[in-house]
Amino acid sequence: MSDKIIIDLKNIVVSYDGERVLDRINLSIRDKEFVTLLGPSGCGKTTTLRIIGGFVSADEGEIYFDGKKINDLPAHKRKVNTVFQRYALFPHLNVFDNVAFGLKLQKLPKNEIQQAVRKMLEIVNLKGFERRKVNQLSGGQQQRVAIARALVNRPKVLLLDEPLGALDLKLRKEMQLELMNIQKQLGITFIYVTHDQEEALTMSDTVVVMKDGEIQQIGSPQDIYNEPTNAFVADFIGENNIFDGVMLEDYKVQIHGHVFDCVDKGFMKNQPVDVVIRPEDIRIVKPEESPLVGVVESVIFKGVHYESTVKCEGFSWLIHSTQCAPVGSKIGIAFGPEDIHIMNKLVPFSTNRVEGVVTEENTVEFLGVTMVRPNLGLSVDTPVMLTIDPKDIEIVSEDISDLTVYLESMVWKGAYNEMVIWTHDRQMILHSQNDEQVATDIGIKFHTENILIEPLSQGKEA
Amino acid sequence: MKKKIASAPYILWMALFTVIPLVLVIVFAFTNENKEFTVEAFTKMGQFIPSLIKSLKLALISTVICFVLAYPFSYIMSRSAEHVQRRMMMLIMLPMWMSFLLRTYSWMTLLEKNGLINRFFGLFGLGPFQMINTEGAVVVGMVYNFLPFMILPLYTVMLKIDKSVIEAAQDLGSNSFNVIRKVILPLSLPGIISGITMVFVPSVGTFMISRMLGGNENMLIGDLIEKQFFGNMYNPYLGSAVSLLLMVIILITMGIINLFDDEEMEGMMI
Amino acid sequence: MKKVASRAYVWLIYLFLYLPILVLIVFSFNDSKSTAKFTGFTLHWYTDLFRDRDLLMAMLHTLEIALLASIIATVLGTAAAIGIRSMGKAGRSVMMNLTYLPVVNPEIVTGVSLMLLFVFLGGLLGFQQGFGTVLIAHVTFCTPYVILNVLPKLRQMDISQYEAAQDLGCSPGKAFFKAVIPQILPGITSGALMAFTFSLDDFMITYFTNGAGFETLPTMIFSMVRRRVSPKINALSTLIFVIVLLMLILINIKDIRREKRERKQEKRAV
Repeated sequence: MSDKIIIDLKNIVVSYDGERVLDRINLSIRDKEFVTLLGPSGCGKTTTLRIIGGFVSADEGEIYFDGKKINDLPAHKRKVNTVFQRYALFPHLNVFDNVAFGLKLQKLPKNEIQQAVRKMLEIVNLKGFERRKVNQLSGGQQQRVAIARALVNRPKVLLLDEPLGALDLKLRKEMQLELMNIQKQLGITFIYVTHDQEEALTMSDTVVVMKDGEIQQIGSPQDIYNEPTNAFVADFIGENNIFDGVMLEDYKVQIHGHVFDCVDKGFMKNQPVDVVIRPEDIRIVKPEESPLVGVVESVIFKGVHYESTVKCEGFSWLIHSTQCAPVGSKIGIAFGPEDIHIMNKLVPFSTNRVEGVVTEENTVEFLGVTMVRPNLGLSVDTPVMLTIDPKDIEIVSEDISDLTVYLESMVWKGAYNEMVIWTHDRQMILHSQNDEQVATDIGIKFHTENILIEPLSQGKEA
Repeated sequence: MKKKIASAPYILWMALFTVIPLVLVIVFAFTNENKEFTVEAFTKMGQFIPSLIKSLKLALISTVICFVLAYPFSYIMSRSAEHVQRRMMMLIMLPMWMSFLLRTYSWMTLLEKNGLINRFFGLFGLGPFQMINTEGAVVVGMVYNFLPFMILPLYTVMLKIDKSVIEAAQDLGSNSFNVIRKVILPLSLPGIISGITMVFVPSVGTFMISRMLGGNENMLIGDLIEKQFFGNMYNPYLGSAVSLLLMVIILITMGIINLFDDEEMEGMMI
Repeated sequence: MKKVASRAYVWLIYLFLYLPILVLIVFSFNDSKSTAKFTGFTLHWYTDLFRDRDLLMAMLHTLEIALLASIIATVLGTAAAIGIRSMGKAGRSVMMNLTYLPVVNPEIVTGVSLMLLFVFLGGLLGFQQGFGTVLIAHVTFCTPYVILNVLPKLRQMDISQYEAAQDLGCSPGKAFFKAVIPQILPGITSGALMAFTFSLDDFMITYFTNGAGFETLPTMIFSMVRRRVSPKINALSTLIFVIVLLMLILINIKDIRREKRERKQEKRAV
């Protein structure tokens, strides 16, 4: 890896049908670097790749290749090559002709093409397959052809769009190692897209975690794993205990009503925060040795350690430990101050506050939803502030919903999924037991009877 | 085992109404009024050779024109948004639902000496041109009638070409021209073959289009066959012999064309 | 720029396809018999049309034949497809070639061969060509299309569902109707529809097999067009066009509605 920047994305914005799929992406990629774009489906990682490949053009922003702006350069003139998601091999050509496709377009002499293709097929372990039809190959072999076809053109940058997604686990592991070797051997920049965090951590020099069209964190696999910037990254990068907490003061955090010492400071007094505690940092102790006492719900032997789930005050804790407490036993959960990672919440609030207005007697309208509240006692046209607890928003099928909203992110908080949603132009959070696909629309329903309604300005009460 | 019986009625039907009739054509081709075996009909066929050549020539020209017109159209259609594709498809199918005789009739009136097209040229002081009763008019009629039969199989096969394959070609350095030449054209070969078949075969065998647009001077082989069975030239023996010749020519042509396509003939169907 | 060019091209093709139809429609309202000069508006070609008893009869015949032929062809063809599917490789190959024969053969040859058969059998058994012979001919050329539509569906079919139905207690016959038919139904319907439209629009084969006195709409149109005297033809074309257009729009509206519904359901499922 050198320090030379080969690809530079500056403020890239892409929208489809008015929806922003990339929102101001800034990313510098160094020469010979192995960069992985990681995120759930719909996060914009493939779009970022296609921007570099030249298959999508940016609505705003600039893309530089080797210092030159290439926004308007068509795909076939770019010195990058792509390994497509489902290979995209040419079904009418055999293995040799597929690999030779790019070289023939460059009008290289025949023997040179032959040599280059041979050599490349050797690198990807497909020697002797030249005359095979591509649809007679196994998935793994097709994958190798796709890689050879791209690499034979000696691109400065190779783009790989979930190239191992269709392979089974064992083959995946093998190909991961092979790809890493090929990258080192040929000294080509790899930009790799995946939703598999393990793959990303194993293979990359740099991992770029994306969510909803935005970059969440850029860093080495170690950085990303040890110091996730927020609960989303922590959740996505591995199994973690993530809970809601409150920062009482510097070095003091409250989790589930208990106060713990920690090593973080600089938050506001009583600021709601996300707390991450890695499963392997937790020790199993005697119940009297910890304020957190729970019952072991399940134990799975994982070879090196036991994975235990412990229910404590309604929240599930995941513990990786060489100790094993039997299912049903009472244990204490212990960890040190340095094991507590405090991070800002994804949204800077922990309950929803929404403005509304009294439209009729005992009727309030907010976000286009009307609700009836008996004995409201406020006159018509009074502006009101509604406080909606995250657990009073329920996910329902769209045809019986009050509102259709966009699900931006979802993080498991031990007892519920905390979801960040968008209604119109407002972010809200809700707690739900459901698992939903992020970056899609979902229907929600308010438990209106629990909403707290207060008049916005004083003196208008009837 | 039992299931095979299900096709028995069909086999019987095809034997009765496809195989036996074709055998009859062969029998008639080699007999005369006195029910004697003879090759007399084939010796008389020399007079039909010019018509046969003309039929093949006009059908070939029409097929080529249809292909040239349909190829870009089908490509554009297959790369459009889905709802646009459906609308385009409907607009292609709509004329096919009208009797082709009526559509050909419209060309009769358009191409006439004082028809609309000549009137249009007249506005610029051109013409009138002799358009009806020419070979050109017959070709126009064939192209007009059979163009959808070229578009549909081409469109179907192009629809199956994965977008990522086209992107892969661009990625490897193909400009638009090379994408078409090196990827789309070879991949749409089955559609091209069925399109050619579906235009060429009915063009060779038609007699209505030539009768309506070609006048008496542009008799095609179909006209001559028809005349052996209806009207005062009645000679079913000669008619059968010409039909047999036509069939053999078509089947051989189809056999040769299909050599280019190693897949099964499934592309035939829309 | 590219987009403008391709759009212009698409519209040009549509202009070519629809201009003649438009001209037909406009001149159906023309006061005089001229097909080039619009002299005034009238509806009397339409009233003439509905007074033409022969034409109405022909219309009825066309519908009867199309309906009967498509029903018979669908039953015959579906059964045949199931039989073919269970045959060995050699048997299947023979059957497929037999099935493709009427599809690839020039229509005129099929027409001639059937005419020979009917004349021959008619002399032997003493019957005249008419409704029956036309029906047989139509079933003959429609059935292959049903087979070619049903076969791919049979191939895609998951045979384990048929076995599952038996496993759960259906007799083989019942399992067939409960598990197989629903799966191949789309193929059966599209085959039936294709058979119906091909029968409706057929001229060539009807022309050779209808004998004297039995007319369908296409043969009637052919004799009218040859005389080309009356704008009644234009009126007829306009009516057919409007009916087909309305039908397609109706189907399309239904399609769009269904699609919307499906999309909603899909979302709900997610």
